[in-house]
Amino acid sequence: MLTVEHLRKSYRSAGSELEVLRDISFTVNAGEFVTIVGPSGAGKTTLLRCLSGLLPSSGGKVVLTETGKVIQSPPPEVACVFQDYSRSLMPWSKVGRNVAIPLKNKIRDRAARRAAVRKALEEVGLDGFDDSYPWQLSGGMQQRVAIARAIAYRPEFLIMDEPFASVDAQTRADLEDLVLRVRHDAGLTIVLVTHDIDEAVYLGDRVIVMSGRPTTVLRTLDVDLPRPRSQVTTKALPRFTELRTEVLTLISGAKTGAAR
Amino acid sequence: MTSMVRPRRARRRFAVWLVSLVVPVAALLTWWFASLGSTSPFWPSLRSILVSFQQLWLFSRFASDVLPSVGRMLLGYCMAVVLGVALGVLFGRLPLLHRAFDPALQFCRALPATALVPVSIVLLGIGDLPKIVLTAFVTVFPVLLNTIDGVRAVDRELEDAARSYRLTRAQRVLHVQLPAAAPNILAGMRIALTVAFVMMVVTELVAATNGIGFVTLQAQQSFEVSQMWAGMLLLGILGVLFNGAFVLVERRLLRWYTKDRES
Repeated sequence: MLTVEHLRKSYRSAGSELEVLRDISFTVNAGEFVTIVGPSGAGKTTLLRCLSGLLPSSGGKVVLTETGKVIQSPPPEVACVFQDYSRSLMPWSKVGRNVAIPLKNKIRDRAARRAAVRKALEEVGLDGFDDSYPWQLSGGMQQRVAIARAIAYRPEFLIMDEPFASVDAQTRADLEDLVLRVRHDAGLTIVLVTHDIDEAVYLGDRVIVMSGRPTTVLRTLDVDLPRPRSQVTTKALPRFTELRTEVLTLISGAKTGAAR
Repeated sequence: MTSMVRPRRARRRFAVWLVSLVVPVAALLTWWFASLGSTSPFWPSLRSILVSFQQLWLFSRFASDVLPSVGRMLLGYCMAVVLGVALGVLFGRLPLLHRAFDPALQFCRALPATALVPVSIVLLGIGDLPKIVLTAFVTVFPVLLNTIDGVRAVDRELEDAARSYRLTRAQRVLHVQLPAAAPNILAGMRIALTVAFVMMVVTELVAATNGIGFVTLQAQQSFEVSQMWAGMLLLGILGVLFNGAFVLVERRLLRWYTKDRES
């Protein structure tokens, strides 16, 4: 379990202070898929960078509840998938090495590491691509490499920052289902940030709706849609439309609120 | 279909290659025939230059002068590359340290290399050592400054990824920062190679006992003008060879960079 308690973050520049996160509290239960949506510019990436220990917060804390550990630097229990695959993969390394290098300190044995890499690439449907370079692959495949890199790391928590924002709509749907399947197989707990309301409702067990800057949690919605989910049937359910409308109303309210 | 395209493309590439030979061959032929009956002591015929070239460099002076020249240059250059990259990573990662050393670096960099030749002799005497050290000193700056720039410009998202996967500082330097800075580092190394080549000759013009520059200067001072021209010819050929070898290595190392840009 992951608990976020009264998290605050402000940036100070040239004497003035920019308040990005005002007061964020929520918990993520073990095995849960939590999606976070908010209007653009709501400090979603800032929130994720605080959660993953990449950015020190200005107040409040993020706690791994089981061990009571407060996250201050990137913990071994967390893996991240970033927004832009072309910037987060290493273009000078082949696919296999891109997945293997983050494992160097976790799996010391070379053969075991190679096996872990192969298994992760299989899980995302990229077996046989170890020897390709990222730039030889399509965008969707590159993002699958980034996902393979994250699951090979065997984290408890997977943190994803708009992971499908830079691929086309069909690839996006494929990747969404891939994440659902991988999460089911590996028993991962996932926190995913997105600006896409459909995606948030389709993927999540719970949707956390954030306000515009300075950001607070507007509402948390339980997504009572049946699993396994399907792009065709789930999205055709009346309940899906209801939830979607509810989130959309909250977010447009947040936008006009921010404009005032 | 590809089997049809292949030879056509190969033939086209051969044709392009031929075009690049036209000017050098024409220049040589013009030089050859225009200078054939030359009686001027300063403009000897290409024929006599080639004879001198063969007598000097193939191979009586090769081991005694060409090898020492090239060896000193490469040794100084390699020292500069190692030192420049190491310090560049350090300064690029520690802005405060860079701030502290920058004025001194700018001062040293601004010193004209040729003016340092007498200084190097006063400090280190004659022989190989001052030449190697001076070459390293002068060529370290392009490598150093380019490495600093390259290491600073590593993408934040990539740095985040490396940090979130808990790579150690050394692993981040080795697997992320150095490869990411490679295009800058190689650009600096290329400039440094040209400078090293200049320094090779310059250091041999004062207080030297062997080397291509030394032999060429001796020839000029003893009115062996065709030998002097033979020295120019050798320097030109060596310069082209060094540059060509560098381009080959660079292309191999930066394949990911050019391909990444294309896609």
